[in-house]
Amino acid sequence: MKTKLNFPHYDVIIIGAGSIGVPTAFFLAKSGFKVLVIDKFPSVGQGSSKRAIGGIRATHSDPAKIRLCLRSIEIYSTWKELYGDDIDWYKGGYTFVAYREREEKTLKELLRKQKEFGLNINWLNKHEFLEIVPDINPNGLLGGTYSPDDGSASPLLATHSFYRQAIDLGAVFHFNESVEEIIISNGKIKGVKTNLSIYETDLLINAAGPWAKQVAKLAEIDIPVNPDSHEAAITESVAHFLNPMVVDIRPQPGSSNFYFYQHSTGQIIFCITPKPNIWGFNVEETSEFLPMVAKRMIEIMPRLQNIRVRRTWRGLYPMTPDGFPIIGWAKNVEGFLHAAGTCGQGFMLGPGMGELLLRFVTNSLTEKDHEILPYVAPDRDFSGQELLK
Amino acid sequence: MTDYRIKKHPILPIPEQAEIHFFWKGQLLSAQKGETVSAALFANGIRVFGHHHKDQSPQGIFCANGQCSQCMVMVDGIPIKACMEEVTAGIIVEPLDGFPILPKIEDIPGMNKIPEITTPVLIIGGGPAGLSAALELGKLGVEVILLDDKHRLGGKLVLQTHRFFGSTKAVFAGTRGIDIATKLEDELREFSCVDIWLNSTALAVFSDKKVGVLKNGDTYILIKPEILLVSSGAREKFITFNGNTLPGVYGAGAFQTLVNRDLVRPAEKLFIIGGGNVGLITGYHALQAGIGVVGLVEALPECGGYKVHKDKLMRLGVPIMTSHTILSANGKDKVESVTIAQVNDKFQPISGTEKSFECDSILVAVGLDPVNEFYKKGVEYGMKTFVAGDAEEIAEASAAIIAGKIRGLEIAQGLGLDVGSVPESLYRTSEILKSKPGANRKVEYPEIEEGVFPIIHCTQEIPCDPCSALCPHGLIFIDPKDIRSTPMFLGDGFCCEVCEQCVAGCPGLAITLVDYRSNLDMPIISVPYEFNRDPIQEKDIVTAMDTEGKPVGEFEVLSVHTIPTSDRTLVVHLQAPREIASRIAGIRMQESQITHPIDHYIQHLDDDMIVCRCERVKAGEIRSLIRQGIRDFNEIKTVTRAGMGSCGAKTCTSIIKRIFREEGIPDEEVTDQTKRPLFMEVSLGIFAGVNGDEDLIED
Repeated sequence: MKTKLNFPHYDVIIIGAGSIGVPTAFFLAKSGFKVLVIDKFPSVGQGSSKRAIGGIRATHSDPAKIRLCLRSIEIYSTWKELYGDDIDWYKGGYTFVAYREREEKTLKELLRKQKEFGLNINWLNKHEFLEIVPDINPNGLLGGTYSPDDGSASPLLATHSFYRQAIDLGAVFHFNESVEEIIISNGKIKGVKTNLSIYETDLLINAAGPWAKQVAKLAEIDIPVNPDSHEAAITESVAHFLNPMVVDIRPQPGSSNFYFYQHSTGQIIFCITPKPNIWGFNVEETSEFLPMVAKRMIEIMPRLQNIRVRRTWRGLYPMTPDGFPIIGWAKNVEGFLHAAGTCGQGFMLGPGMGELLLRFVTNSLTEKDHEILPYVAPDRDFSGQELLK
Repeated sequence: MTDYRIKKHPILPIPEQAEIHFFWKGQLLSAQKGETVSAALFANGIRVFGHHHKDQSPQGIFCANGQCSQCMVMVDGIPIKACMEEVTAGIIVEPLDGFPILPKIEDIPGMNKIPEITTPVLIIGGGPAGLSAALELGKLGVEVILLDDKHRLGGKLVLQTHRFFGSTKAVFAGTRGIDIATKLEDELREFSCVDIWLNSTALAVFSDKKVGVLKNGDTYILIKPEILLVSSGAREKFITFNGNTLPGVYGAGAFQTLVNRDLVRPAEKLFIIGGGNVGLITGYHALQAGIGVVGLVEALPECGGYKVHKDKLMRLGVPIMTSHTILSANGKDKVESVTIAQVNDKFQPISGTEKSFECDSILVAVGLDPVNEFYKKGVEYGMKTFVAGDAEEIAEASAAIIAGKIRGLEIAQGLGLDVGSVPESLYRTSEILKSKPGANRKVEYPEIEEGVFPIIHCTQEIPCDPCSALCPHGLIFIDPKDIRSTPMFLGDGFCCEVCEQCVAGCPGLAITLVDYRSNLDMPIISVPYEFNRDPIQEKDIVTAMDTEGKPVGEFEVLSVHTIPTSDRTLVVHLQAPREIASRIAGIRMQESQITHPIDHYIQHLDDDMIVCRCERVKAGEIRSLIRQGIRDFNEIKTVTRAGMGSCGAKTCTSIIKRIFREEGIPDEEVTDQTKRPLFMEVSLGIFAGVNGDEDLIED
């Protein structure tokens, strides 16, 4: 029975208008739900979404992310066809490069698992790898994995396009508005109170990215999501010369791995995983990033030395202890749906996750969903470790 | 091929440089050693450097300042900014059409660790403000690193051939900008504690309180200062009009750079948009370089610049049309004409008032914005940060000199030095120098026409006083307590000795002498003249102009001479009837034909007002998004890519903000864009410490 509060009622309220919240709103609205998305930033995708570099791969090491991302790839790659908006989708593939036996071993072990999940990924020897990435430094190159079906898109354009489509379908977005209270009665979600108003709902989705822990806390739920920051940069545009994303997983002082690709605009976008992690919400640019990553990039691809860097920025990875997202109903609060902890992969998980969340809401989870849900369950044992982060 | 070099200049020395040769599209062209690739191309009449990848629109020089990337060309297979790289013998230069191909490189280059150094004071920008601050600190023995992105100190001073306004005592008024730069630099070089880094650009202020600097154009260094002073000057605002990105449309800074630094003639016939001091002065610079100035439009009913600047330009024969705006720059691959129209009180063009003029260049001088991103970041990241000059508040260079002095002393205090308190008088002078022009009065003519009288054609209250210091008998009075008051002649017809120092020394060229002694009915008038000597000879008949540029008759030149203190300003003697003599203020320099409109007006066909030059985003797209309800600048960037191009949103920001205002959106409803490093695009190799010239790595 609904408590009458005399405030606007929505079927679903989503907190966070980012890579997860916006596609979720789109799929819900498309299915006829009355959806409100609340975000503290002034416009769509202004939290972590716009800081993503745009890589989209299904080549993970677990069935949950593989399935979700395979679906995301289907959605992103057909988006323009279906909805008319160009989101810069480019099927350039992903490569993980090996220069040492240690990485070759890790990647090949992983490859076995990935192939078991039916992924289109193969090991390329040095010669084959050079055909795919002709400018990679051949000295000491052992080879690497190549998954041609992966690709990239523009997080800016994609999230914005989902947003516009969602609006056309009736979804409501409130920006510059912060949720201050989650109203719970008898263990059930009843609504949210923001700095501006109160909205009624029976169903709340926490898609607040790096802020998901703080949002869950409003419902007295503890989820292990903590942001760490990664730094990225983008260059000028040059004529197309690089097809796939190149990932180098060798740890080096200051960084555990780094990756780069050429976006469809001709720009090289690159990012580094700092080592040790830089925990917290700080996204101010540091002086260490550019020299560190520039050296690594030129070592792996000397041709990059003349490309000009245009802009740098830092973004937050909402990390979970085991590297898997948290998706599912909260145990003790009825109507609270977790969609958090995407560990820096929110953009590639977003559309797939959005559809999954719709199935949660409509109570139409499939058998295949149930196969993967244990990996992302909110009450799982978080002590496991993802093989490939 | 026509040579577009300036071979003779009334103020600037023309250095002799060795001739070298290079290739452009397979053709052998001549260049001068030491000049930039863009100067060499311009000297050969080449204005289109390539075509944009999106719409194949022609690209060329826009900022001439290394900030945008519109002048990119391929040099020996590597994409470079033509305005920044020196031309060398035998290089092969090709236009950049679309995206450049990144040159293939097989071997890993040598890479050095990026040096990190500390300094008590880091000053970004060696213009008038930064130089003055460095001087104060130098006198106190404070260690300073002074960065400037140009090859010489002085900032925009080095492009100014005219005498400066302001206070003679405090800020070198009466001296030419170029010479002020030299004086300040010479003085500064005396202090070994000030380390001057030329050709060095600050790229970012980072949260770990370090400033990333591109030293000497090829080495990356991190500097951790105890105190940061940002004196990085201003950038020009830009406006949208049809055809606004055609090669031949420049900002004033770019135009001054091409003419007064590179000594090339980028135009034969120039049209100016904007009647502030910058537009007016640049018009004067153009005339000095032998470039015709077709006209100047100002949207406001009055020019915002000093009246003396405006009058000077009008006397030389440049029509100034207030309450007029530009409608379009017309032409296919370059500017061929301009179309203007009168505006109503809401600044909307009035139909039926359109006029077109033939011109090959259009200069846009519609105001300046502070370059204050480093200051903002410094404050945000908790650094001890100061700001001075245009980076703080747009004003004249004289105000920047005083502001720099004040900041220098404040920084010394901040370092704990015992310098006492900053004199109150400095703050007062600073306020006076920053003030906008005040009331205007009429020119005073002598009541009894006898002897010799100076006629002061300077009637508007502006901070300027050189004339009062020039008269050996102290007969020209300006209240020393407030130099904004207009000058007054204190004597009668028998006091002046006709030394003509006031005539030659007034920065506004706004003092003439009328000498009735030899012929009461046909007195001799001394008129200042700052152009090449050749075009004006004794016995020539010239058109004399009144204070505000109306022709008053044609008269014979008696003589053209210099006086010992004249510093390149010539004095021309004319003889004219008594009734007219005191009204003569100058000589028309350019024939009126150049200023005549074309008999029909030329309409620009495409509606292509470009807001973002880098990504070719049109005004209509931005406007439509704002009308859809977008209030976050970042969302406009997301959807259109405006502001995400190579110039780092330096050009489009002011235009987009203006469109918001035009759409009636108050500033407080608009979320400003997120500004991110870098200040300028720099190659990855430089951040990796790739060896440039090894001698340059000092630290």
